[in-house]
Amino acid sequence: MTNAAGEAGPSSAIARSPARDARRRTAWRILWIRGIRRSTLIGWLFVTPALVMYGLFVLQPLVLTVQYSLYRWDGVGPATWVGLSNYAAVLTEPKLLETLFNAFRLVLFFSLIPVTLGLVTASVIHRVATGRVGAVSRTVLFLPQVIPLVAAGIIWGRLLSLPGLINQAVTALGLGDITRAWLGDFDTALPAVGIIGIWVLLGFCTVLLLTGMTKIDAALYESARLDGAGWFQEFRAITISSLRYEIGVCITVTVIAALAAFDIVYVSTGGGPGGATAVPGIQIYILAFLERQVGLASALAVVLVVLVLLVILPIQRLAREDGQ
Amino acid sequence: MRVARREAYAGWALLVALMAITILPFVSIFTTALYPSGSAPVGLSWPANPQWGNFLEAFKVANMSALLFSSVLIVLAVVPVSLVISTMAGFAIGLLRIPGGRLLLLLFIFGLTLPFEGIITPLYFLARQMGILNTRLAIVLPLIGLFMPFAVFWMRAHFVNMPKEISEAARVDGASTWDLFWRIHVPLARPPMASLAILMSVWAWNQFLLALVLVEDPTQRTMAGALGAFQGHYATDIPLLCAGTILILLPTLIVFILFQRQVISALLQGSVKG
Repeated sequence: MTNAAGEAGPSSAIARSPARDARRRTAWRILWIRGIRRSTLIGWLFVTPALVMYGLFVLQPLVLTVQYSLYRWDGVGPATWVGLSNYAAVLTEPKLLETLFNAFRLVLFFSLIPVTLGLVTASVIHRVATGRVGAVSRTVLFLPQVIPLVAAGIIWGRLLSLPGLINQAVTALGLGDITRAWLGDFDTALPAVGIIGIWVLLGFCTVLLLTGMTKIDAALYESARLDGAGWFQEFRAITISSLRYEIGVCITVTVIAALAAFDIVYVSTGGGPGGATAVPGIQIYILAFLERQVGLASALAVVLVVLVLLVILPIQRLAREDGQ
Repeated sequence: MRVARREAYAGWALLVALMAITILPFVSIFTTALYPSGSAPVGLSWPANPQWGNFLEAFKVANMSALLFSSVLIVLAVVPVSLVISTMAGFAIGLLRIPGGRLLLLLFIFGLTLPFEGIITPLYFLARQMGILNTRLAIVLPLIGLFMPFAVFWMRAHFVNMPKEISEAARVDGASTWDLFWRIHVPLARPPMASLAILMSVWAWNQFLLALVLVEDPTQRTMAGALGAFQGHYATDIPLLCAGTILILLPTLIVFILFQRQVISALLQGSVKG
């Protein structure tokens, strides 16, 4: 089928003899009778609506983002071609470059801690809490994953404020002099935002890893315990190695959540204080819609998209290869 | 499986602590919501004189009924359309194996990692150009497009595993492609379609960035978008803000508790396949 179509193209450009045309027509008719061409057409008709929506509202804007990134434009007046200078600005201006670093700092909180802690928690639940209690804990731990991130941001904005629960707890522990407005302090704002991310993502990682663990052959654990394996040996030798794929998924999801963070940061700090928690998503929003620097915002957006791809692809590859 | 008693206790302690950390934030904003409007209550404490009226007040000032209506409308517009067109596409790529399907799949998969911030700027100008800025359509149409990578990927994963014999038997009986799709494969695809519908409903309900940028009026937004606006207006009145937040959370929490098994498994499968 593809061969026939491929040869028809160039040959028709060379010679258009009637005999050749006739031969081609019969060839097409045979294909048509076999139903190949028609079914191809129908198949593509099935794809068309999805492709149109995807093309119009995702691919087209993506191309436009790249295009905008090459201009200086305030969104209203005429745009000026500036080549790659927006990209140069993104990679050299400390204010913009810092947002990329902040994104990677968030990875520590959004990804590393939830995945590690999730592994430990899941293996604990798997070992001690079976049955009803295990099911209840699953539901409870999953709660933060279902509510809007905006709500998580508001709730924690309250908890981390000066009269909030965190300071109350810190004072109760006798550490009264370190109390502060955690999200408003230059040194603690980013970790504080990170803690919100841990709260949202820990339950998700735990439950996902737990589900993976229940699929591990119980006989493996039985024999390990007969051999006198403790929690940690069992954890390392069986759990981690059987869960490569699930761990890969957790890392992928949480890393994207960190690099593309927006909702939580927007609601809890708005990028402040003094840009301490500015991440690319926030900076894109500020540049494009508050400062009217559409070109610069778009260059940052392109950098973010590429960065996410560059980070995620190797993780995916690793998880899939080892999982097989 | 037998586990040493001391280890079991340690495990339980960890579990209880984690559950407490998950739940306490909710409890804290609940008690805060009961303090007199405009006061600045301390962390976790029960008010001397609980103001249950705060919830009524928040319901009124947040224009809750309009918000609910708007969110439901957006979900009802986005989810069925996305479900139908992604199932059709998944069917064509996974089952009909159309030529070029592999390339098409790659194109959709590429969209899986795309952060919304990457395209939000042009979406604003596109919506303005189309004259749908500040209407619900400005959220609905892009959201359908943005759901396509995952939805098509998800449905294709179902169709690619369907045994060939089913389709062949139907073909022998003279079924057209549409019959094959609508009468035979859609009924068989109900479970993955149901999970997908749950996932997309949650995601649409919680969508913030599109609402923030593309629609100014909170009563035309999604629930999450409305909550953002509410926070902007009442940031200083902490009890009222907390009451409003709880009200806006309530529908999600109720749905989650009613359908917890389906929601959890849908979200987990969603991430594993994604």
